[in-house]
Amino acid sequence: MADPLLNVEDLRTYFSTEEGVVKAVDGVSFKVDAGERRGVVGESGCGKSVTAMSIMRLIEPPAGEIVTGKVEFDGRDLLKLTEADMQQVRGGDIAMIFQDPMTALNPVYTIGDQLIETILLHQDVSKSEARDIAITALDDVQIPHAGKVMEDYPHQFSGGMRQRVMIAMGLSCEPKLLIADEPTTALDVTTQAQIMNLMLELAEQRNTAVLLITHDLGVVAGFCDSIQVMYAGSIVERGTGDEIFHNPQHPYTWGLLGSMTRLDESQQERLNSVRGAPPSLINPPTGCRFGPRCDFAQDICREALPILHQSQEGQKVACHRSDELDLKSIAIGATS
Amino acid sequence: MTDIVQQGETTPNGELPKDVILRVNHLVKEFPITRGVFFKKQVGAVQAVSDISFQVKRGETLGLVGESGCGKSTTARSVLRLLEPTSGEVWFQGANDDGSIDAPVDVASADREILRGLRRELQIVFQDPYASLNPRMTVAGIVAEPMTVHEMGSPAERLERVKHLLEVVGLSPEHTNRYPHEFSGGQRQRIGVARALALNPQFMVLDEPVSALDVSIQAQVLNLMQDLQDEFGLTYLFIAHDLSVVRHISDRVAVMYLGKIAEMTDRDTLYDRPMHPYTHALLSAVPIPDPTIEASRKRIILEGDIPSPSNPPRGCRFNTRCPKAVPGKCDVDTPPLEELEPGHWVSCHFPEVVQVV
Repeated sequence: MADPLLNVEDLRTYFSTEEGVVKAVDGVSFKVDAGERRGVVGESGCGKSVTAMSIMRLIEPPAGEIVTGKVEFDGRDLLKLTEADMQQVRGGDIAMIFQDPMTALNPVYTIGDQLIETILLHQDVSKSEARDIAITALDDVQIPHAGKVMEDYPHQFSGGMRQRVMIAMGLSCEPKLLIADEPTTALDVTTQAQIMNLMLELAEQRNTAVLLITHDLGVVAGFCDSIQVMYAGSIVERGTGDEIFHNPQHPYTWGLLGSMTRLDESQQERLNSVRGAPPSLINPPTGCRFGPRCDFAQDICREALPILHQSQEGQKVACHRSDELDLKSIAIGATS
Repeated sequence: MTDIVQQGETTPNGELPKDVILRVNHLVKEFPITRGVFFKKQVGAVQAVSDISFQVKRGETLGLVGESGCGKSTTARSVLRLLEPTSGEVWFQGANDDGSIDAPVDVASADREILRGLRRELQIVFQDPYASLNPRMTVAGIVAEPMTVHEMGSPAERLERVKHLLEVVGLSPEHTNRYPHEFSGGQRQRIGVARALALNPQFMVLDEPVSALDVSIQAQVLNLMQDLQDEFGLTYLFIAHDLSVVRHISDRVAVMYLGKIAEMTDRDTLYDRPMHPYTHALLSAVPIPDPTIEASRKRIILEGDIPSPSNPPRGCRFNTRCPKAVPGKCDVDTPPLEELEPGHWVSCHFPEVVQVV
């Protein structure tokens, strides 16, 4: 088997606050292959965005710090690169798009200036060649009249168009990995469909690996080959879309699917919600972090932190009881 | 046969069917566009809500869905007269504990004193549980405030009721002296609900009550809303952009686009047999959390963005993005909202049932 494109090992990113140390990412390991589309899902504060920021080394000291871990990308450990080398990686081999395209774009420069700057930074081309590449990139994301749009400023664009510009900018240097952090969360549903469709097309054409970070399980279902579910700073379950959606093994994944209202289901009875709220990451519960909210927790769950291991069903799961629990037979909303 | 009276028909006072709690007729809300700093001059108007009519039956939940800028929140706020409607009528027909029905009152034209009485019956829960609670007031103060304003009970009685209400919404009655920042988003939304319940209202507007919440918390709050509706016989106008949440909670659904109702019918008909091309596109755009289903779905991808409400397209408002638009017809004539099947209202020149979900 070929080496993975991205290999994250035991990543731990902590933030110091007045109340104590927040263990936002606490021992996360995963691999992404070239061309793979991986979904990272979880609720606010689960550490999904901090994982992405850590990979890009966008965690700002002294508040935040990558305490331990390894982020191997294409054979190099990104955590060991100099800042200058890292700048070549950002926007070059790894591109990132964010939830809010208005704050990600500079309001006082034209779209064209910003695209050309990115291209000149990463590619050995002349300014006029960079301009041509930029126009092609805008064409590729289906922005009409690309040549004219180059002279426009970000505020002249709608949210969906700005996100297209961000994708154009991200893909202009032909990255091997695109990290998309909630790319459609701020958009309307019909615009979301446009953008996800576009990202799928472009990623497939260019064999770009994508790490899609989102709280929306629906968006992930149509886009990703594999999914990892995060809870309170670590991965609790990882598998193919089929494994995660049709046969969840972790009680949290199972509860999350049961909490979802579905467009294709007419049910007016109560939702199978997860009780309680996520724990504090300063003082997480001992044992399994999901334990206090879990309907199946036993003594062992309160004592030992479960590690991610191969389950009988195929996917990786971090639950002491996953092999004895038959969640499938009691799943509500998860299987239909 | 349907008992829904012709939409848009002006209803004379006192002639609402008994089971109707709210009837909205030809509601229009315009916002002026002004120019100049010192001598403001009106140079135009944004018609956020453009002549819409609908009714809500007692005890039901009407879902109002649409994308940003479609006018759904403006509609709700004009109905409650938190915004002054430009024109139109909003008839509210309250019921008493003994089952008798009061004469309908037009909220839109009610004077100060009548409006004050109506405020007890018409309440709202806002989207943002962080912005809608005063950070300097305790929970007791927040939940008791409507009762204080309406001079309901003695201070001791009010505190008793606050404790009871907190219990009803699933919070601990001991939390009365805490401040909003001590609560999570889901808990704050429960406080907002307790405040809305304080005066025993009959009709509640829920304006995107769960869209700021995480999925697992969202489910808890949706369950609470349904329990409260059963317990207190509440009527809901549920505003949301999330079509799967709306399917879960609503009895009937109205889809809005650029200030107008595109389609309105009962929940299952809307999702199983939608007739308006905008409803088709909207439904097909919503992802379903199931990779097998997603792989087999055909998406209707709309071109472009929603036009500006300050300069809406001529004819059908959806014609600039509609895959079925016929030039010469759809960009000229505005289609009326017509009842094409019993209870199924559609505003389209070329309606057609398409299964998308």
